[in-house]
Amino acid sequence: MNAVHDMGGVPSEDPIDRSEHQLMEWERRTGALVDVLREKQLINTDELRRGIEAISPDEYRRLGYYERWSASLETLLVEKGLLTTEEIDKRAAVVGQRWV
Amino acid sequence: MGADHDHGGDHHHPGLAEDLSLGEPARRLMAMEELLVEKGVIGADEVRRVMDVIAARSPVDGARVVARAWMDPAFKLRLLEDPRAALAELGYPVVSGSKLAVVENTENLHHLVVCTLCSCYPTSLLGPPPDWYKSFAYRSRAVVDPRGVMREFGLEVGEAVEVRVVDSAADLRYMVLPRRPEGTEGMAEEDLVALVTRDSLVGVGAPNQPAVNS
Repeated sequence: MNAVHDMGGVPSEDPIDRSEHQLMEWERRTGALVDVLREKQLINTDELRRGIEAISPDEYRRLGYYERWSASLETLLVEKGLLTTEEIDKRAAVVGQRWV
Repeated sequence: MGADHDHGGDHHHPGLAEDLSLGEPARRLMAMEELLVEKGVIGADEVRRVMDVIAARSPVDGARVVARAWMDPAFKLRLLEDPRAALAELGYPVVSGSKLAVVENTENLHHLVVCTLCSCYPTSLLGPPPDWYKSFAYRSRAVVDPRGVMREFGLEVGEAVEVRVVDSAADLRYMVLPRRPEGTEGMAEEDLVALVTRDSLVGVGAPNQPAVNS
């Protein structure tokens, strides 16, 4: 059976939703942060892709596009010892509060 | 961003004030960026700088390349054979690590670009991919029912025309060189640029027709 990301030819009758949304600030930041880390050769495209493809099938379908990028980036940064899950947990809680 | 949003902290994220209900992945992303800056892994304004670079990219660049190819047959040949070198002639920086292929639509052959595995796209020439390019429906259906997919975009490709679907990957990205519309002989290159739509560079659309002079 194909992995979830391998979508070519997967039976689907869903129409193509052609509406386009303006990327949100955090989505644009995600793309830019990935580019910055790539420029510094701290991560590469194949690693990012591997991190996305490692997301469980249910999560993969549930998450938005940049949410998958964010999840993959976290996997890589923790793997490489640049950040820890604990410090991301802690800071994410504060980031959430900062705007309410 | 409103002037009433002064958080008094070290971290300001202009434009985020409207995203009060950021989901967990978004908050984790913001957390990662802040932490990387604090640890000195990245500079404080590097993300903003790259955001500006990304925001400056648009399909107009791809359209310029196409218009040049329509005007100059020798350039077109170079573009199809060695896109990297041809783009360098026009001053476009070559994206590192990723090969670009340009595929030509003709009277008998139409190309449709997809990335079934993810969303690989020639962003340096076209800007960020549209939402539908990243959608599960497009990724799964483009390779089995390209004509049906194109029809949803309003593009009918005649039965006599072969349809070839090209599947992009991280190492090889495709851009379509669409057919030059009839009735554009003698038009200036600048005016041709305006006819080239983003969708025609992906293969789900055709270039616009020139306005008919009355």
